[in-house]
Amino acid sequence: MNALYNASLRELSAALTAKKVSALELTTLFFDRISRHDPTLNAFISTDSDKTLAMARAADARIAAGLATPLTGIPLAHKDIFCAQGWLTTAGSKMLSNFVAPYDAHVVSRLADAGMVTLGKLNMDEFAMGSSNESSYFGPVKNPWDTSCVSGGSSGGSAAAVAARLIPAATGTDTGGSIRQPAALCGLTGLKPTYGVISRYGMIAYASSLDQAGPMAKSAEDCALLLNEMAGFDPRDSTSLQRDAENYTRDLQQSLHGLRIGLPKEFFADGLDEDVRNAVEAALNEYRKLGAETVEISLPNSGLSVPAYYVIAPAEASSNLSRFDGVRYGYRAPEYGDLDDMYSKTRAHGFGAEVKRRILIGTYVLSHGYYDAYYLQAQKIRRLIAADFHAAFEHCDVIMGPTSPSVAFALGAKSDDMLKMYLSDIYTIAVNLAGLPGMSIPCGFGQGELPVGLQIIGPWFGEAKMLNIAHKYQQITDWHRRAPENIK
Amino acid sequence: MSLTLEDTQRIAKLARVELSATDCRETQRQLNGILGFIEQLQAVDTKGIEPMSHAVDAVLRLRPDTVTETDRRDAFQAIAPEVENGLYLVPKVIE
Repeated sequence: MNALYNASLRELSAALTAKKVSALELTTLFFDRISRHDPTLNAFISTDSDKTLAMARAADARIAAGLATPLTGIPLAHKDIFCAQGWLTTAGSKMLSNFVAPYDAHVVSRLADAGMVTLGKLNMDEFAMGSSNESSYFGPVKNPWDTSCVSGGSSGGSAAAVAARLIPAATGTDTGGSIRQPAALCGLTGLKPTYGVISRYGMIAYASSLDQAGPMAKSAEDCALLLNEMAGFDPRDSTSLQRDAENYTRDLQQSLHGLRIGLPKEFFADGLDEDVRNAVEAALNEYRKLGAETVEISLPNSGLSVPAYYVIAPAEASSNLSRFDGVRYGYRAPEYGDLDDMYSKTRAHGFGAEVKRRILIGTYVLSHGYYDAYYLQAQKIRRLIAADFHAAFEHCDVIMGPTSPSVAFALGAKSDDMLKMYLSDIYTIAVNLAGLPGMSIPCGFGQGELPVGLQIIGPWFGEAKMLNIAHKYQQITDWHRRAPENIK
Repeated sequence: MSLTLEDTQRIAKLARVELSATDCRETQRQLNGILGFIEQLQAVDTKGIEPMSHAVDAVLRLRPDTVTETDRRDAFQAIAPEVENGLYLVPKVIE
């Protein structure tokens, strides 16, 4: 029974189908781990055992009736950015600290329809703005590999909970690296699909032209199984893409012989820590053994991706977050004068420091007289960045490099210096600006025995190929099976 | 381009985020730090480049003009800070 918390989704599914374990027993097993370890890690914002147990019983009934899907009865938890009907849904903010969602996000209903059992809602940087999970109103998440270090962010609770084996899998969202960076820092496999592949309906908006949901789990195969349920057209999201459904597990076993891996020279330049570089180089050698070849490529404008992002994302955020006004839902300041005063006090007290900074920057760059100089210029540079990728994919099938320039850093190390924090996403942000799929897989350990992530960037709609590339590596390495030994 | 204290207050007012006089100076410093960082974008030659507003160049879909939403007024009002007789309450706007 104990080994089940390390099991893959396929193994869990097999155990459930063979009636070796029930969904209720699995739920109890993981709830027990949550209650023992989450007081240390702070990965969860809320749990609701009545709802969870009802879902587990329903899953058992479905299995007994022979109506199970490959995911029925398997527990997971959602980043607290996804609305789930009847569940507290906070986005890591005081502003929504009392918000019980009146409807389900598309992702939440799809995974529930598949029979998955929701174990709770996961901690995150406030409104997904952050790279360390330290901007959460509910406190920082600790990295299970070293609890004095950050989990990464913004999907820090998702990453820490799966890494500590408190849940088999989680959902996350990625606007500038928020799935890939915490996956790297916690030793997980995380995938951000092509923009538009997964519906954003019910996912609390940060920067709508960049936000994309994705799975976070122990392996590429687990991510493929989750993506099969999460992806697909949804008319309720105006940017959801109308494409034929894909089976993302179909290519997992394909040979990598002749695969051309592009290595952007900008991703291996100054600013990359030696321990991360060494682990990534070692992974590239494994890929050469698998028959792949590497070619040097260049993404000349990638250095502009962080400043361009810090114009575009705050601009979109300042618009999206204008809905939080203390009128229809969420927090309202206890004392105020007129209507404007109510808005201003509600927003001053309801939002944390980083969220307010980004709202103010966004307001400024969109304000009269500055729009062209900042916002329009950033959008033009966004096109240059996307064009770099178009040109690079003429010479390679996939791009690889580090996910993050360093392993997990100490809690508090960057919280006083926003720009340092922003630069921890230097290798991930360009992918969102271009709308490309990106993933991170564990590829070894660096300083302090902390995990290192290898980033895989695919062409538009290259998810199945990327999962294949990740899976083959995971067949010949065991980094993805390692779990922190201090979490018993 | 760097923001003065007055600029900072003006932006905060536009964003409807109250900023006390004591917090304003620190906010000004932080915003100027970020603006200094994004200043490097100004040096890039983007003549003739079409702005990219979205990750995919798709056209917004049209849908049939039919009612698809159900009436969930009670559920939505149940989570509001203050309601009365089916209305959301805010401070008096018109004297």
